[in-house]
Amino acid sequence: MQPTALMIVLLVITSAAYFFGRRRAVSAAGGQPRYLNSLPAYYGFYTSLWSGLPALVVLALWLTLDSSVITHLVVAGLPDELRNLPASRLSLVINDIHNMVSGNVVSRPDDPVMLAAAERYREMRTLSLAALTVVVLALAAAGGAFAWRRIHTDLRARNAVERMVVLVLVGCSTLAIFTTIGIVLSVLFESIRFFQAVPLTDFLFGLSWSPQMAIRADQVGSSGAFGAVPLFAGTLLISFIAMLVAVPVGLLAAIYLSEYAGPLLRAWAKPVLEILAGIPTVVYGFFAALTVAPLMRDWGSALGFHVASESALAAGVVMGIMIIPFVSSLSDDVINAVPQSLRDGALALGATQSETIRRVVIPAALPGIVGGILLAISRAIGETMIVVMAAGLSANLTANPLEAVTTVTVQIVTLLVGDQEFDSPKTLAAFALGLLLFLVTLVLNVIALYVVRKYREQYE
Amino acid sequence: MNANREVLCMEPELTETPIGVATPVTPTTDTMPRRASVGRDVRNTVGTITVPNPRMEARDVNVFYGEKHALKGVSIDIGAKEVVAFIGPSGCGKSTFLRCLNRMNDTVSGCRVAGQISLDGSDIYDRKVDVVPLRAQVGMVFQKPNPFPKSIYENVAFGPRIHGLVNHRNELDELVEASLRRAGLWEEVKDRLDQPGTGLSGGQQQRLCIARTIAVSPDVILMDEPCSALDPIATAKIEELIDELSQNFSIVIVTHSMQQAARVSQRTAYFHLGHLIEVGSTRDIFTSPQHELTEDYITGRFG
Ligand SMILES: Nc1ncnc2c1ncn2[C@@H]1O[C@H](COP(=O)(O)OP(=O)(O)O)[C@@H](O)[C@H]1O
Ligand SMILES: [Mg+2]
Repeated sequence: MQPTALMIVLLVITSAAYFFGRRRAVSAAGGQPRYLNSLPAYYGFYTSLWSGLPALVVLALWLTLDSSVITHLVVAGLPDELRNLPASRLSLVINDIHNMVSGNVVSRPDDPVMLAAAERYREMRTLSLAALTVVVLALAAAGGAFAWRRIHTDLRARNAVERMVVLVLVGCSTLAIFTTIGIVLSVLFESIRFFQAVPLTDFLFGLSWSPQMAIRADQVGSSGAFGAVPLFAGTLLISFIAMLVAVPVGLLAAIYLSEYAGPLLRAWAKPVLEILAGIPTVVYGFFAALTVAPLMRDWGSALGFHVASESALAAGVVMGIMIIPFVSSLSDDVINAVPQSLRDGALALGATQSETIRRVVIPAALPGIVGGILLAISRAIGETMIVVMAAGLSANLTANPLEAVTTVTVQIVTLLVGDQEFDSPKTLAAFALGLLLFLVTLVLNVIALYVVRKYREQYE
Repeated sequence: MNANREVLCMEPELTETPIGVATPVTPTTDTMPRRASVGRDVRNTVGTITVPNPRMEARDVNVFYGEKHALKGVSIDIGAKEVVAFIGPSGCGKSTFLRCLNRMNDTVSGCRVAGQISLDGSDIYDRKVDVVPLRAQVGMVFQKPNPFPKSIYENVAFGPRIHGLVNHRNELDELVEASLRRAGLWEEVKDRLDQPGTGLSGGQQQRLCIARTIAVSPDVILMDEPCSALDPIATAKIEELIDELSQNFSIVIVTHSMQQAARVSQRTAYFHLGHLIEVGSTRDIFTSPQHELTEDYITGRFG
């Protein structure tokens, strides 16, 4: 049976198990559910979980493992001269077999060895599916029957179901955690490969970035440079400009909305501001590239400055606009969390409203506001689209916002776009950049969360 | 009798009983030895609302929260250097009236105040009056201690700073120390003035709030159930403090504890459903109330 069909059958079996379990419980109680330890539905769930869960776990494990097991067996059956090929060649052969099995174009269509291997692969796959069907259905039936037999009026089905639900929850969170760890590890390993080609110090402290690798030693421009400093400088410059826009505007907007605005205005303005947060960053990107950047260039030339057509300023300003709702909505929450009694206390001492805000409300909310700003910064640092479209690609090491700069995220994109070998330092550099970026935002987020949490505790 | 009271309390305007005409005598009251001499009419305040040397005079004050008529025709004087206690069941308008006296009701949206309230003869609701100096003159202490999340020193220095009361750091230091001393807190906090005021105990926090209020030298101090969040020992300290402060300030205190009212105040006012029912010397109110509602309340027969 195909896995999809198998899953549907499994679903039918568990539903049936629910029905039978429930019925057995009711009849065990002599048709009087109040003699049961738990509600009848719990006995149903109990039976269906027992029939469904183990079968599902086996199904999932089988499906993840079977292609590699089969491949392994097929390779073991290959003639020696193929089996002893170097790893990279062997993987080409395996690819060929896979392609042959799925009917794709292959490099050696009528090699008898390959044909035999493909045939064996097909056979094993059929066998495996058949075995899977038998095992899963047997497990489902056995689990269901086991639970069904245990049902009697004193079975604490409610607690048992509760425990199984906890197991499912634990399983899901473990999955989430392991996926994250897996991603981090894969980035880490690729980065380590990169650092075998390029020394860590060159990467961290190098002042020039031109990720070229020579194919031949005598090639023009054969020397690549992998100094990440210009990229991080560009990232910081753009994030700084973005914060220069977003923090004052967002904070003052939050103060106005939470302290001065009437309820009607607040009811309208807050959602509208939050809609800004829902605009896809690509849209901001062409707003930056097509509207803001030319505008800046024109203003610049009117004032006698030279502004590059792709400038850090344009990208930073638009990114700042993108982050405004983020800052204002977080600050608004924090300001609203400052107890009214503090405002009353200040007002009753004869402070004006603005004195109350400046001297009591903002200082009280400050840790939370700072936390929100740090979160906003880590968003700015990770932002890609706007910068790709508006800031350019040249890795200038400059503090002049009127020039084009590039950022870490943009470089990662350009390194990985197009045809690339996956073992050249040029490609691997993307992973190293990604790792470093991840570490930077991680540290920022940890600080921010710590600050925000400390603030929360203060008034509880 | 209950039904009768209900009608009278909820809609006093509907009863046409003229003042002085006795309310219908019920069998219960008949058998009792003594009954308050004034009946259950709520339209006129019983007792003397005036004092010989008033600091504040409130006349016919009405307060509305939107459509809700929360305070109905309240008139009373607050004398110099006296402690007045406001008592009455919850929701009868004590806090509302207290907040009228320093115009804190201005900060409540939808709240409208009508009538006259004057401080030393000048109307505080006059359009030319600035609430900032007014609130410095009429200070307020709240039910729940609300020190600012700043150091103890900064809490007390807050008022003097915003009003520019001092010119030098030394003067400010002295003022902070004097205020903390008068609030009876100095000895407990003098070594940790730079620590957050929120780290003190509840009773200390409330005394810090009192120190903060007296640092701007008000004429009148309003206290809205200042001890209701405190334990008995902290309460006793605050009561002692109120006694001392009454040598220099006029104090209005809202309290739910009749013992507290009896201990700290010279005059007591009883509120009921937005009406000021009775005003008199504290001893008279507690020993021989004139109004039946007052008597019901202080003898615990209310509600
Ligand atoms: N901000 C407000 N908005 C609407 N109604 C209010 C507000 N504050 C108080 N009230 C109403 O006014 C009445 C008097 O309240 P309050 O002065 O707090 O009573 P007390 O302090 O005597 O318990 C109550 O019925 C209360 O519901
Ligand atoms: Mg109150």
